[in-house]
Amino acid sequence: MNGKKLISKTYLALILFILYAPIVFIAVFSFTEAKSLGNWTGFTLNLYKSLFTGATPSSASLIAALKSTLIVAVIASAISTFLGTLAAIGIYNLHGRRKTAIKLLNNIPMLNPDIITGVSLFLLFVFLHVSKGYVTVILAHITFCTPYVVLNVLPKLAQMNPNIYEAALDLGATPGQALRKVMIPQLSPGMISGFILAFTMSLDDFAVTYFTAGSSGLETLSTYIYADARKGGLTPELKPLMTIIFLVILAVLLFVNIRTFKKTKDKTV
Amino acid sequence: MTNIFNKRSSWVLPYFIFMVLFVVLPLVLIGFYALTDSNGHFTLSNLAAFFTDAKIINSFLVSMEVALENTIICILIGYPVAYILADKDLNKSAVTALLFILPMWINALMRTLATAEIFNTLGIQLGKGTLLFGMAYDYLPFMIYPIYNVLNKMDKSYAEAAQDLGASPMTVFTKVTLPLSMPGILSGVLMVFMPTVSTFAVSEILTNNTIQLFGSVIQEQFYNLMWNQGAALSFVMLIIIGITMYISPDKDEEAEGGLI
Repeated sequence: MNGKKLISKTYLALILFILYAPIVFIAVFSFTEAKSLGNWTGFTLNLYKSLFTGATPSSASLIAALKSTLIVAVIASAISTFLGTLAAIGIYNLHGRRKTAIKLLNNIPMLNPDIITGVSLFLLFVFLHVSKGYVTVILAHITFCTPYVVLNVLPKLAQMNPNIYEAALDLGATPGQALRKVMIPQLSPGMISGFILAFTMSLDDFAVTYFTAGSSGLETLSTYIYADARKGGLTPELKPLMTIIFLVILAVLLFVNIRTFKKTKDKTV
Repeated sequence: MTNIFNKRSSWVLPYFIFMVLFVVLPLVLIGFYALTDSNGHFTLSNLAAFFTDAKIINSFLVSMEVALENTIICILIGYPVAYILADKDLNKSAVTALLFILPMWINALMRTLATAEIFNTLGIQLGKGTLLFGMAYDYLPFMIYPIYNVLNKMDKSYAEAAQDLGASPMTVFTKVTLPLSMPGILSGVLMVFMPTVSTFAVSEILTNNTIQLFGSVIQEQFYNLMWNQGAALSFVMLIIIGITMYISPDKDEEAEGGLI
């Protein structure tokens, strides 16, 4: 039994080591200045300084890419959360074939590989003669983010007492008030996790952005990294930036999960 | 009462219209561009290229092979991880499970670039081996997560009953645990196989562009403004996805909720 435990722990540790080695590697070498990785030339925070001040041309364009990534992610995930929550309430109140049909429709963007979503939206914008840029990228991100919001809000609707919305209406609330004061507070955990999921999906995306940004000059972090990798030279300031992004995501996920973990624990006690 | 119900179900309308415009219409357009030439006339020559162009056939076969190998590697490495994580005797911490899923949330290109940099630093030449390593590295969490989910929700009393009835640990695993965890493996396969076939940037970075996967070929055609040809290859992929969806059993919808 003890042996089994030891083997299990060693195996988990080994896989974790492999999973995190590249990330740790990048993080370690973000604290030295050498251009090529694996070349330690002494501890310095210069790359961090240069990243934040935009001192070099490469760090300035990196910051511009980070900015547009965040703009796209914030707008797309906010709209997705709104659209997805509304849709989830609608779907929950639908029945029969209509419900099945719209749920199926909701699954399509999640099952399609990124490249198909990217290519299909590229063709749509070509077909409609829409010039590419922020609008097309944000619309594309809403397309693949919203289904995840719907899937996160639906279970919360199932847990909710269906009568309280009607009770609010009976007590004289307008539908808008009943939504804001009764429904939204009940659905908010699902909306928050849907928003976070949409946000990270948007940050993570490369293929769809690549096809919908076209040659508009709009660069997100992903397309910037891709262009960088194609040129063969890695912008040095990417290392501190990747380290920071990783730490932020780690902190947010631990926070969200520990919070929900505590909540479920409270309920069972 | 029915009035209110009608009203609330109609809240889905904006989303429905959005989805028709940005999901259904674009997919129809793939078919339209695939079956027309640059003047908009009907043709089958774009699709024919998939069966006649040696470069395209070759990259398709290589992609299938890499995707198959990657899927098998992910199952072989990921299943034991999911099994240990879901076993209450072996792992009590939910945070450990979280650590395995966490890389899913980090930009795949960043992780790929980091992996390629490690290979460069170690002086390992980029090629098929590094491609498979990097792909497994990218997709492993997507295999672990669904299997872990299924194993975690599994009713342990089935395995205990088999044990009480005299089954050896090996028999319990092959006759009870493994069959019950099949839905998890299947969704893992769905999340690993087709995305591997369709990646483009990742394979370029990991092989220094020496191995072209199907996604790269599609991307290249769009890059060279050969939209109809690119659409035709996307169309082929869409059909393959349609077939896999049709064959694979319905997933448990409720289990989908709460992805984080």
